[in-house]
Amino acid sequence: MAHDHDHHHDHDHGSELSEMQLRTRALETILLEKGYIDPAAIDVLIETYEKKIGPRNGAQVVAKAWVDPIFRKWLFEDGTAAIATLDFGGRSGNHLVALENTPSVHNMVVCTLCSCYPWAVLGLPPLWYKSAPYRSRTVADPRSVLRDFGLELPKDTEIRVWDSTAELRYMVVPMRPPGTDGWSKEKLAELVTRDSMIGTGLAKQPRDLK
Amino acid sequence: MNGGQDLGGTDGHGPVQPEPNEPVFHAEWEKRAFAITLAMGMPGGWNIDMSRFARENRPPGEYLAMSYYQIWFAALEHMTKERGLVADDEIAAGRSLRPPKPVKRVLSPADVAETLHRGGPTERETNTKAIFKPGDAVRAKNINPPTHTRLPRYVRGRIGTIERVIGCHVFPDSNAQGAGENPQWLYTVRFDSRELWGDDGDPSVAVSIDAWEPYLVPA
Amino acid sequence: MNGAADMGGMHGFGPVVPEQNEPVFHADWEKSAFALNMVTGVARLWNLDAFRFKRECIPPAQYLNLSYYGLWTVALEQMMLEYGIATPEELAAGHAIAPVKKAARMVTAADMTTMVRCGSPYNRPAPAPARFKVGDQVRAKNMHPKTHTRLPRYARGHTGNIVRVVGCHVFPDSNASNAGENPHWLYTVRFDGRELWGADSDPTVRVCIEAWEPYLEPL
Repeated sequence: MAHDHDHHHDHDHGSELSEMQLRTRALETILLEKGYIDPAAIDVLIETYEKKIGPRNGAQVVAKAWVDPIFRKWLFEDGTAAIATLDFGGRSGNHLVALENTPSVHNMVVCTLCSCYPWAVLGLPPLWYKSAPYRSRTVADPRSVLRDFGLELPKDTEIRVWDSTAELRYMVVPMRPPGTDGWSKEKLAELVTRDSMIGTGLAKQPRDLK
Repeated sequence: MNGGQDLGGTDGHGPVQPEPNEPVFHAEWEKRAFAITLAMGMPGGWNIDMSRFARENRPPGEYLAMSYYQIWFAALEHMTKERGLVADDEIAAGRSLRPPKPVKRVLSPADVAETLHRGGPTERETNTKAIFKPGDAVRAKNINPPTHTRLPRYVRGRIGTIERVIGCHVFPDSNAQGAGENPQWLYTVRFDSRELWGDDGDPSVAVSIDAWEPYLVPA
Repeated sequence: MNGAADMGGMHGFGPVVPEQNEPVFHADWEKSAFALNMVTGVARLWNLDAFRFKRECIPPAQYLNLSYYGLWTVALEQMMLEYGIATPEELAAGHAIAPVKKAARMVTAADMTTMVRCGSPYNRPAPAPARFKVGDQVRAKNMHPKTHTRLPRYARGHTGNIVRVVGCHVFPDSNASNAGENPHWLYTVRFDGRELWGADSDPTVRVCIEAWEPYLEPL
């Protein structure tokens, strides 16, 4: 049951997909027939993570931290409590730690052992986060990983890598870009990319907004 | 276990390949595998540490060749079979062939939001005191359990500094084996890159993990 | 490199499964893979260390799902490309494409007989006296080269004793990158099982490795 992580699928893809379709359908049917799962609950779960919970949550947290120094301080002291005020939290957000990027320190988050990720503020992780290249190299050579994202940091920037081995979930608060004075939280949130909250990117610059 | 999942510091996997505009799920079956796994937590009676072990616990070649949700699905199949909730002949037939086992609770659509909101907090009350405090030098033990652990190979035997005392949390090494939550003090431990990787380590890099007290000894 | 070949101490591969009346080769293509590799060695197209490194560089997901001679075949193909023995078009076509680059000299059956009888010794004159002697306590360095090494991950950072001074041998870490034979003193180092695997492991186990001097530091 091999499946390349390469996104350029080829001839095998169709038959593999249908094999997994059949297998999941079989198991789902059995579990439904036995009454272990409620089909409407399945639909709500899918809807929630496909459409509702995503990086826009985290962007709101970051934007608020950029404009509100009291919230910012609280966020770094007790991330869980701070994000709860925005009604974020719960699954993979019960123990949230916010990490501050500064001109001298750049943070990156990884889960080498599986795929632990702050679902509550970022939604489900992208495939690259869960795959072997990221999980293997980030703790050993994070600069080479950043290069894969087209990002080169100054040699004297300290890079702090956080391996999520327990139930703490980490999110990076990127630095606020210059030239954004007086911006509303909503507009600021548009500068906050998902990758900047994992640490594989920086926040967008004002000129990047179309 | 020292399985295919313990990837920190391994080589040969190639570049990180971000997919532009990546969809949350790449196929319909992935959505189902994801949602059913979450929904079965309650009736299945397993905890998250058991799920993680079920995903890891396969030949390393399989682990590395399977896609993310293929691994989730394989673990789901295994855990439901292990608990007698489904059987091989039913899977082959694609339908239920015998009455269900009674289960404690089934996740209803009305429960979903609240269940997700509650999440799975792992902090527990304790009468014990944390042995370590911030600034203490500690060594990660050289343990090699064939069962579930969250101490990655790349830190074992290495010396780090306690950065933070997090609290007393469910201990996965116990919980995954059904040996009870056995909560232990949990710490953030920071390691210099050169301590982990030797003289070639990047001096501008530090790595931290979250480690339970049984993983650590004073250095 | 910390590639898939570095398997010592890994879990999940299952039981050892000896095959009754196992043939030397399981298929004709395996005989070819074996023989071709021997011939290319005698023809000195590349050195053995470089060939080992090429196998190790196979991405782990692929490495762990290839058979033994499958690994040799994949590595052989890649060596032929890298060393300009064949082009991708020739490999795809399965024959040489003009203009054909002729070898300086053909490897003969007599050459192979000589190779089997005499082997290819790796000892070389010593550039300096040996640093260690039998009985010395040494620590295997915590090194993580991206290139070829013969110091397995499970030994790194651990303390053992010199039990034999083998001699001065070609140094694979150099030779594999074609940076020269760079011979170094080679030792047999013995480790207690518990030093390698932790306090809970079998106290009756000892593991020996051969380690070149650059892998070791005095205690």
